[in-house]
Amino acid sequence: MDEFLQFLFSGLTRGSIYAIVGIGFAIVYNASHVINFAQGEFVMIGGMAAVAITTKLGLPLAAAIPLSVALAALVGVALEKFAIEPARGASVVAIIIITIGASIFIRGGVEVLVGKRDHSLPAFSGDEPIRIAGATLQPQSLWVVGALVVIVLGLRWFFGATRTGKAMLATSHNRLAAQLVGIEVRHVLLASFALAAALGALAGILTAPITLTRYDIGIMLGLKGFCAAILGGLGSPYGAVAGGLALGMAEAMTGGYVSSGYQDAVAFAIILCVLFVRPQGLFGRAGTERV
Amino acid sequence: MADFAKRHSGVLLLALFVALLPLALPNRFYFDVATKVWLNAIVCVGLNLLVGYAGQISLGHAGFFALGAYASAILTRRFELNAFVAMGLGAAGTGLLAFAVARPILRLKGHYLAMATLGLGIIIFIVINREIWLTGGPDGTRVPALALGEWRLTRIEDWYWAAGAILVAAVALAQNLIGSGVGRALRALNGSEVAASTLGIDTARYKAMAFVVSAVFASLAGSLFAHVERFVTPAEAGFLRSIEFVTMVVLGGMASNFGAVVGAALLTMLPQLVADFQDYKHLVFGAVLMATMIFLPKGLVPSLTDLVRRRLGR
Amino acid sequence: MASFTRRSALGATAATAILALSWAGAQAQQAPIKVGAILAVTGPASFLGDPAAKTLKLYVEQTNKAGGVVGRQLELKLYDTGGDPRQAVTFTRRLIEDDKVDFIIGASTTGETMAMIELVEEAKIPLISLAGASPIVEPVKRWVFKTPHSDRMAVEKMYGDMRRDNMTKAAILGGSGGFDQSCRAEAKKFAASYNIQIVADETYAATDTDMTPQLTRIRNTPGVQAIIGCGFGSPTVVTARNYKQLGMQNVRFYFNHGVASQQFIDQSQGAAEGMRMPVAALLVGPQLAESDPQKKVTMAYTAAYKAAYNNEAVSGFGGHAYDAFMMAVEAIKRAGSMDKAKVRDQIELTKNFVGADGIFNMSPGDHMGLDIRSFKMVEVRNGTWKLLY
Repeated sequence: MDEFLQFLFSGLTRGSIYAIVGIGFAIVYNASHVINFAQGEFVMIGGMAAVAITTKLGLPLAAAIPLSVALAALVGVALEKFAIEPARGASVVAIIIITIGASIFIRGGVEVLVGKRDHSLPAFSGDEPIRIAGATLQPQSLWVVGALVVIVLGLRWFFGATRTGKAMLATSHNRLAAQLVGIEVRHVLLASFALAAALGALAGILTAPITLTRYDIGIMLGLKGFCAAILGGLGSPYGAVAGGLALGMAEAMTGGYVSSGYQDAVAFAIILCVLFVRPQGLFGRAGTERV
Repeated sequence: MADFAKRHSGVLLLALFVALLPLALPNRFYFDVATKVWLNAIVCVGLNLLVGYAGQISLGHAGFFALGAYASAILTRRFELNAFVAMGLGAAGTGLLAFAVARPILRLKGHYLAMATLGLGIIIFIVINREIWLTGGPDGTRVPALALGEWRLTRIEDWYWAAGAILVAAVALAQNLIGSGVGRALRALNGSEVAASTLGIDTARYKAMAFVVSAVFASLAGSLFAHVERFVTPAEAGFLRSIEFVTMVVLGGMASNFGAVVGAALLTMLPQLVADFQDYKHLVFGAVLMATMIFLPKGLVPSLTDLVRRRLGR
Repeated sequence: MASFTRRSALGATAATAILALSWAGAQAQQAPIKVGAILAVTGPASFLGDPAAKTLKLYVEQTNKAGGVVGRQLELKLYDTGGDPRQAVTFTRRLIEDDKVDFIIGASTTGETMAMIELVEEAKIPLISLAGASPIVEPVKRWVFKTPHSDRMAVEKMYGDMRRDNMTKAAILGGSGGFDQSCRAEAKKFAASYNIQIVADETYAATDTDMTPQLTRIRNTPGVQAIIGCGFGSPTVVTARNYKQLGMQNVRFYFNHGVASQQFIDQSQGAAEGMRMPVAALLVGPQLAESDPQKKVTMAYTAAYKAAYNNEAVSGFGGHAYDAFMMAVEAIKRAGSMDKAKVRDQIELTKNFVGADGIFNMSPGDHMGLDIRSFKMVEVRNGTWKLLY
């Protein structure tokens, strides 16, 4: 039993991270129909920027967090402005390659600026493990899971009650109509990239004390987040949350009970099976194709 | 004869280029790089059928490349099979796998298709990493030289010719295929799949065919690569390798066999060119990817031919 | 007086100029000796390759300032593999065919070295590897040498330490790379001869960021007294943290020498306390007895490295590179020229070379030349290395 609980904690922590990254994919996809393969890099930027700000500038963590998130949002805006917007109208393949190029570029930049080593942040509230029924939990995990809850609630409010949020929602439903009712679609695109980047960076800062961070951690996280988003049905932030949590659980349970070597494959195996049976994802609606 | 030359002028030009290039290669290291260019180009010519002509994306072709490479490595080294038999079995096995997954995977579109092919490639990557007893694990395995009886192909200069010849054959084959009914069907479904199917084209069948052919090309190139390098690692199946292949196709120019060769040449040489300022290699590589896609979305060869045509037209 | 000073100053300037000119003339006659290096300066194994690269740059420069070797300057040609064996193969070929180097130092990891062996054997170029696993030099390859202690020695040192405290049940936890595999195989092979029973064997992938499933399984294995860690790099830091999280301090944790860097202790943020590992003397230089033959070498290296690189802490991995480079330089001096075959013979004849890793005695049957006595057992205490014995 304590074993199961231990794996559950492990799955919940990983799942929350995948969920947050997945939300980023969903938000960007909604606004622009772009799959941003650089989404994982924002997670890396968040962690690495916080490391650089605390160690090189000597600022406290409390100041480093908003600064890093803001920096990531800025990079997100720049990505949209200088890489996605000029390529408007390009094919899906071209856009995918652009975002992958961007991710390699960002990785290279951080490599040059901050270095290639592993880095870590101190845990927010100590690292004395919490014992629950024979299993243990790092306090930092609670921060990660808590952040996910706050983000989900925040998004509900954002999309339901703010003008920008509603504009984003409207754009995702029908871009042309949104434009006609006076929504500045270009601003919506920028805002969605900024929001996705900021969320990713937050995830990166929260997990750095648990998993370490390095200039190249974004690749796998990005792919897992993409899995989460697809599993939840592309374009649904809440679906991405469910997808992320499900993937995290599946990974931890496989690692614990089946084989620790094949954890990484689980997410992709699930995705393939789901897509074979339900090509529109677990929670996505079957779309009709416009000709 | 004149007709033959006209129809095959591109292939003849490529053959001429392969034949004359050694005059400009200063030492064996450059022969090695050129050989890698030919091998990557073989993958790209196949992949181009799928991506460029049929309009279907694949982010997992490195998986097929690695399957070929590892089939050659394992079958020749552990089971002591003849290298050509191993290569054939690898290609057949890879073709079968591609055939088995082709229909369910190619039912998907756009990003879902990207995800599925990506997932397939990564699963192959992870299996190669994990099944250490068979594959040697993350640090790879050695591969015997390509041999038939007493004869062994080891000198890189010889490999240059072998790989170059196979590339020319692959391009000729692809050109033929594209000129045939299959090519017209593929292009039709690239334009509009629905329209193509209403015209009575069995779109699923042609897509699957392009998928299988491209997988077999990749597998064969992988086998050859394993014998040239005499060493193969799971990185050959990695996500970034898949991206490299797709980028070669798109960079050179989609739906252009020569574009695929040019793209392969550029991306194969790039890491060698930036090796001397290694701190910035990722930065440069990423910037090159973005810049070409933004400024030359059609790829190099089509963009340049357009330019030349416009100049000539004026 | 004033004119005298001026005249002597003038004379000195002239003399320097003449010296400099003649020196430059000698340079022009003799092409430099080309030193090839294949290192994992970036990527997950960068903590191995980075200090090694810095060390090589530092000592090539020093050697050149002192007039070079056998009258020739040295030229370092260094390629970064990012820890990828595939890149190691490509760059080795480039070093051999294009740069035409005289000998090669590297690679940083076992997997990369294994991939390079065939190329250097074919090209008949001396290679001194900085990687740990014993298969690199067992069986002996004519042109291949290595400087770090082997994984087998590490495992034997750990088992010896377990026996001192009457421990008999061990679990293995490691990755799946070349070094990890070799270490795991050696650990299984030598367990019986030390009366140790392997009760669990868990694997992780190099990219895993959570080892709690594996460690939970080890924790729930009855009777386990010690864990043998076979691996290096970021997974070991995560392992240390999860080990603390799961409250497993009653099970002693041994890591191999590939983990022994200050970076590991720092990033573990206290979780590494109490962990033991066998290391080369360099890491505990200041704690060595004055009579220790390695005292002088390790202290000199430490001082030089810290002075050149902003007081950065030394690691054993820079020491491997130092030993490889110095041994090659000595061999060239003894050979009297940079004749590859002669230099190879002289490397093999290295006797009583006191390096950072230990005292080397190479022979045709032993291309590493270290013995287990020069391996020290240390424990992490208060964020630093405590020399046990």
